[in-house]
Amino acid sequence: MKHIKTVNTRDLKKSMAKGGCGECQTSCQSACKTSCTVGNQSCEKIK
Amino acid sequence: MVHRYLNNGYYIVLDVNSGSVHNVDKLVYDLLEIYEELSDENKLNQNLIVSKALNSGFKYEMSDDDGKLVPAGEEDIKEAVGEITELIKGGMLYTKDVYENAIEKFLEQPSLVKALCLHIAHDCNLRCKYCFAEEGEYHGRRCLMSYETGKKALDFLVANSGVRKNLEVDFFGGEPLMNFKVVKDLVRYGRSIEKENNKRFRFTLTTNGTYLNDEIMEFANKEMSNLVLSIDGRKEVNDAMRPMAGGKGTYDIIVPKFIKAANSRDQMNYYVRGTYTHFNLDFSEDVLHLADLGFKQISVEPVVAPKDEAYALKEEDLPILLEQYDILAKEMLKRSKEGRAFNFFHFMIDLDGGPCVYKRLSGCGAGCEYLAVTPWGDLYPCHQFVGEEQFKLGDVDNGIQKTELSKQFRGSNVYTKEKCQNCFAKFYCSGGCAANSYHFSGSINGSYDVGCELQKKRIECAIMMKVAKMEEEENEE
Repeated sequence: MKHIKTVNTRDLKKSMAKGGCGECQTSCQSACKTSCTVGNQSCEKIK
Repeated sequence: MVHRYLNNGYYIVLDVNSGSVHNVDKLVYDLLEIYEELSDENKLNQNLIVSKALNSGFKYEMSDDDGKLVPAGEEDIKEAVGEITELIKGGMLYTKDVYENAIEKFLEQPSLVKALCLHIAHDCNLRCKYCFAEEGEYHGRRCLMSYETGKKALDFLVANSGVRKNLEVDFFGGEPLMNFKVVKDLVRYGRSIEKENNKRFRFTLTTNGTYLNDEIMEFANKEMSNLVLSIDGRKEVNDAMRPMAGGKGTYDIIVPKFIKAANSRDQMNYYVRGTYTHFNLDFSEDVLHLADLGFKQISVEPVVAPKDEAYALKEEDLPILLEQYDILAKEMLKRSKEGRAFNFFHFMIDLDGGPCVYKRLSGCGAGCEYLAVTPWGDLYPCHQFVGEEQFKLGDVDNGIQKTELSKQFRGSNVYTKEKCQNCFAKFYCSGGCAANSYHFSGSINGSYDVGCELQKKRIECAIMMKVAKMEEEENEE
C-alpha cells in the first residue's frame, strides 16, 4: 500500500479461539504493583 | 472503535477491537474523519466517501517523495480510500467488539489461584514518605511471617491452582530481606513440592536494597525469576522520599549494590523501580539518570496517594507529565539508534505476541487468581487492600471464606466499568487497577482518572516507538 503501512500485531479476534489458558504472568507480579498493564506481557503459548 | 493520534510526526491509527496498528500518511489520517459519521455499509461506499472528501472544502495533503506536504488530488484521494476499504474488508479497521459474550463464558470456568503476594515482613528500615504500607505496617502491627504460615500459604496456592502449572510468588513487604531466612526456607519448600504436584514456582523479590549482600544476590540469581529493586532516580529525588528510619538518604547505600545486582543478572530479569510524585514532575530525568547509571531494565511509576497529600499527583500536573512521556520516548529512540537502548517498563508492549483477548479483558486477577497474604496468614484481594478489614477474604487455614467478595472481583472487567466502554486503551490495561478504582471512586468498577490519562499516554508512546522502529528497519533494508 502507498498510504498505509500496517504493523504486525496479534489478531485479538483470532486469539479467542485458542486463548484463555491462564498460564501467563499475573500483571501485578511484574514490576508495577500500583497499576495494571497487560499489553506488555507475553503469551505463554507464543513465546 | 478506531483511535487516531499524531505522535512524534507519525500518524497512527489503532483499530481497537482487532488490535491492528497502522502507520498512515496525513491523507488517510484526515480522510478517516469522514468515516466516523458513516454507517458500516457506507464505510464501504467508496464513491460516497470520495465525493464527501472532494466537496468538504478541506484541503487534503499528502507527502511527496521528499517528505514534503503537497496538495492531494482526486486520484490520490480515490487511491487512499481504496486502501482504507481494503483494511476494513480484511478485518483490520472498524472491526466489531465481539468479546462481551466470550468473556462471560470464560468467567464460567472455575476460579483458580495462581499468584500470591507474600507479605513476608510487615516491617521496614526505611521511612518512605509515600509508602502505602505505612512504613511496612499496613495499618496494623509490625510482624514477620513465620515459616509455618508461609508454608501454609504455598500449600494453599498449590491446592487451589487446579490445572495451572506456573505459580507465582512475590516476596513483598515492608522489606522482605528483614526476614530473609524465611524467604530462603520457603523457596526450598516450594521447590521440594514442585515435582509431586506438577507445578513450577516463579519466585520474585521486591526490595529496598539496603540489606543486599553477596549471599543474598547469589541466592536471588539462582531462585528469583525477577528482582525488583526500589530506587526513585536522581540522588536528591530518591533521598527526599526514601530516607532510612534515622532520616539519612539511601541513594549512596543502594546504588553500588543495585549496579552489582543488575550486572550479576546480565542486565536481565530485574527492574530498578521508582516512584514519581508531585515533587519530581520532570521524572524523565530520573529515568534517564537510572539509564546513565547503566541500568537496562527500568520502571518508574506514578505515585498513588490520597488527594490531600502534598506529594500526590494532581489533575493540573497532567500536561507536564504527558509531555514527560513524549520526551522520554523520543530520547529512548535516539539512544536506541546510538546503541544505548534500555527498557522502560511502561513503554514495553508486545504487539505481535501479546496476551489473548481473555487476559486483556479480565483484569489484573486481584481477589481471585491473585491474592496477598499477611504475615499472620490473612488473605486479601491484593497488597493494596491489606489492612482494610472489609476486604479480608479469608486465611491460609480456611481458604477464601468471603466467596461473594471474591466473585465481585472476578466479575470486574472492562465491560463492567463504564469509563472503559469508549476508551481505546482498554485492551492494554484490562480496565486498570482495582485498588486504585476503589480508593478514588469508591467502587472496584469505578476509575482513577489521573491514572487513566497517564496509562493512555504510555500506550500511545509505546505504539509510536514500535512504528518508529518499523520505519527505521524499512529504511535500513
